[in-house]
Amino acid sequence: MAEESKVTLYGYWPSPFAKMVEIALKLKGVPYEYVEEDLTNKSQMLLSLNPVHKKVPVLVHNGKPIAESLVILEYIDETWKNGPQLLPMDPYKRAQVRFWASFVQQQLQDSMIKVAMTEGEAREKLVEEAYEKMRLLDEGLKSFFPDGNPSIDTEHLGLLDVVFVSFFGNHKVHEEVLGFKVIDPEKTPLIHCWLKALLDLPLLKETLPPHDKMVAFIKFINESALKSSTA
Amino acid sequence: MAESDVKLIGAWPSPFVLRARIALNIKHVDYEFVEEKFGSKSELLLKSNPVHKKIPVLLHAGKPICESLIIVEYVDETWTSGSSILPSDPYDRAIARFWAAYVDEKFFPSMKGIAAAPNEEAKKAALEQVESGLAFLEEAFGKISKGKPFFGGEQIGHIDIAFGSLLAWLRVTEKTTGLKLLDQAKTTPQLAKWAETFCQHPAVSGVMPETEKLAEFAKLLFAKMKGINPQ
Repeated sequence: MAEESKVTLYGYWPSPFAKMVEIALKLKGVPYEYVEEDLTNKSQMLLSLNPVHKKVPVLVHNGKPIAESLVILEYIDETWKNGPQLLPMDPYKRAQVRFWASFVQQQLQDSMIKVAMTEGEAREKLVEEAYEKMRLLDEGLKSFFPDGNPSIDTEHLGLLDVVFVSFFGNHKVHEEVLGFKVIDPEKTPLIHCWLKALLDLPLLKETLPPHDKMVAFIKFINESALKSSTA
Repeated sequence: MAESDVKLIGAWPSPFVLRARIALNIKHVDYEFVEEKFGSKSELLLKSNPVHKKIPVLLHAGKPICESLIIVEYVDETWTSGSSILPSDPYDRAIARFWAAYVDEKFFPSMKGIAAAPNEEAKKAALEQVESGLAFLEEAFGKISKGKPFFGGEQIGHIDIAFGSLLAWLRVTEKTTGLKLLDQAKTTPQLAKWAETFCQHPAVSGVMPETEKLAEFAKLLFAKMKGINPQ
């Protein structure tokens, strides 16, 4: 019985998708085993647990695998009742949280990747597009923080907090490598305050990858990408 | 509940709009269907979905809900009449959400890839992707339906809606390529049978586009995309 109820997370330390699952498990106080996957050399186990996408994260609980980070987060919220409730009870609020979580994970992430992969004049346009998307999120946040003051504590963290901090908690890394202010306090004041409040929480700060390690990793990825595109 | 309390902004050819309509039908919800004109976006749409400017948008008591799968979950959570769309067990829910996400992130783009293919080689590659996607879904159906008519069991569920909404477009693709993708005899016997049952369901039959009509529309759409006048 103990073996069956065991929780295992297959992850990759730089992946924000895997990171959000780690954070959720920690918030809920769920004991778990973490297995680091080398995505350049995927294990047989990973391929058998997620044959459709062959990706991390995969959560295994009661011997059964669950894939797709947002799907895993909702599963965690529905299965473990300790810690904060990641999704609100009200259906309309749930729809809003799901909408913005998907926006961060797909739209914002996509924009950042495009900027990272482009150089020169074309990049300027993509940076402007990234800012435009950030502005949309900033506007959307007004309904979550109506008094304009995001004050957060671990007891009340939600799905959107977990998703956003996983993708943008290391924004200083992106700023250093990409050379533009990803989180601009003037362009997106609410996002700026929100992220600052999130990063003040030790649990989040300590779970995110260390700054220098992340910078080295991103630089390595960018150099490899440039080499293969100019080869 | 007054009909004007629930509005759905959409258009008949859209599989995403179809998802919302099927969900509302399952729950026996009266709604006003606000049809968008092809080629232009109404003020109401732009105001209700400023982020994506896309259909469908569900307006419930004036509040907008966007993104088809989010709308389906909202409908399931808000109205208790009719059958449940998502299962009650957290693991089964995770599986349902996983496959719905798969249809959106992998399967639907591979279908679009066939139409967008610039040459025969690309078309062949796109078709192979669709075929392998159907193989995954055929296997999933076997495991999830457990001998019942739908992915959702006795009743239409989340995966049925997510995937079933694409059937008319899948049939148009079969028509234009001359290939049988859902094949009773060979590759996808279970899905071929499921497709028939799904399309005949009372929540679906009145809103599923007719293949001929959709094929005509597809010609218009592709001509518009390529910037030429259709014949």
